[in-house]
Amino acid sequence: MNQILIPVIIVAAIGLIAGLGLAIASIVFAMPVDEKAEKVRECLPGANCGACGYTGCDGYAAALSKGETTECNLCTPGGNDAAKAIAEVMGLEAGEVMPMVAAVMCQGNRMNVEEKLDYSGVHSCKIATQLFGGPKNCVHGCIGFGDCVEVCPYEAIFICDGVARINPDKCKACKMCIKTCPRQLIDLFPLDTMKAAVLCKNHAKGAETRKQCKAGCIGCMKCVKACEAGAVTVENFCAKVDYDKCIGCGKCHEACPVGCIDLYKISKN
Amino acid sequence: MEMTKGLLAILLTAILTNNYILAKFLGICPFLGVSKKLSTATGMSAAVIFVMALATAVTYPINKFLLVQFDLEYLQTIVFILVIAALVQLVEIILKKYMPALYNALGIYLPLITTNCAVLGVVILNIDSGYNFAESMFNSVGAGLGFMLAMVMFSGIRERMESNDIPKFLQGLPITLIAASLVAVSFLGFTGIVENIFG
Repeated sequence: MNQILIPVIIVAAIGLIAGLGLAIASIVFAMPVDEKAEKVRECLPGANCGACGYTGCDGYAAALSKGETTECNLCTPGGNDAAKAIAEVMGLEAGEVMPMVAAVMCQGNRMNVEEKLDYSGVHSCKIATQLFGGPKNCVHGCIGFGDCVEVCPYEAIFICDGVARINPDKCKACKMCIKTCPRQLIDLFPLDTMKAAVLCKNHAKGAETRKQCKAGCIGCMKCVKACEAGAVTVENFCAKVDYDKCIGCGKCHEACPVGCIDLYKISKN
Repeated sequence: MEMTKGLLAILLTAILTNNYILAKFLGICPFLGVSKKLSTATGMSAAVIFVMALATAVTYPINKFLLVQFDLEYLQTIVFILVIAALVQLVEIILKKYMPALYNALGIYLPLITTNCAVLGVVILNIDSGYNFAESMFNSVGAGLGFMLAMVMFSGIRERMESNDIPKFLQGLPITLIAASLVAVSFLGFTGIVENIFG
């Protein structure tokens, strides 16, 4: 009988002492928890992506509860729902979160751009771009080694025919890829509205661009003249669309001789 | 003199010849899981050294004065897990209050390793080897340092592997396991070295 009873008692006693010890310790050494921060934290998606500009969801929640910021709409992954929930907790105005999605502004696939180097070095865009401007002919285009793929917390980016592409269903517009891309090829694009987009960031002069890529913007200004809303401008031989002004009429696309400007409507499934 | 020699031999054996990861194959999950970056590998290793030393310091007297007295050595595993888990939780609470910097540095790794097999392995092997208290402490600190050595080395290898062009069917875990086995084989080279130094 004792053979069973003594071990049971001893193990139970150790467990009890440990449990009681922990319970007492958690009261004695209790840290004052910021209840507001905790509540705000629950409204956030918890991806710790840093799109809000703080160290993570906890950092943003702490900043809000301490009154360092009063903006509730900094969380792009959480979108309008999170902004509303935070505003309710904090008693502030929610503000609008414009639904955006990231997109790679480059068409430099193997059909349009030729490779000038047989690159077998480190598989990283950041490093490859420093070696004669990368393995491809275009020194402004996507290298396709996937620095953005690695940094994306939602696995939304993939490489297709040597160019990064973003799956809008998975993208939460956290801007991690935008910060990472050594060539600043990724932009936020408005969701669910028809807008024109320039899929090129080549700032070389027209003739030079022509040699580098078949679909590169040559800065011919035809789109600027065609645009009735005044949304298209050309800076440094590369067209740019102001998404606020663009009405999605498609005149610029019809005018473009190289086909680097087109109408897009990105929606989530 | 003889005693310090013995303790040093135990320490070096635990680090090199009997490395807990590469020779005894304990603690493989953190070895593969958090060795991707050097910073996480060192954070994890620091937490492991800390917990191993602490666990040994507590479980040794429990074994000697409680379990052995009542002939209950067969309860070692369950009692040790219980005690180590409770202890680490306690340490976490205290650290959070008084040393928030260290708490943030160890971060998620501290609760993660409460029931790590390497930690439990160290305390049980200490007792199986018949070490006294000082020898147990040296063995567990050595095991922790050996863990750190393996983690830091392997994270360096993995960081280099990231930038290599690996065939598709080997990408990810397969190449990691192959690399781990090669590192383990290289540690075989230490066999006999401690005996020769202190022999």
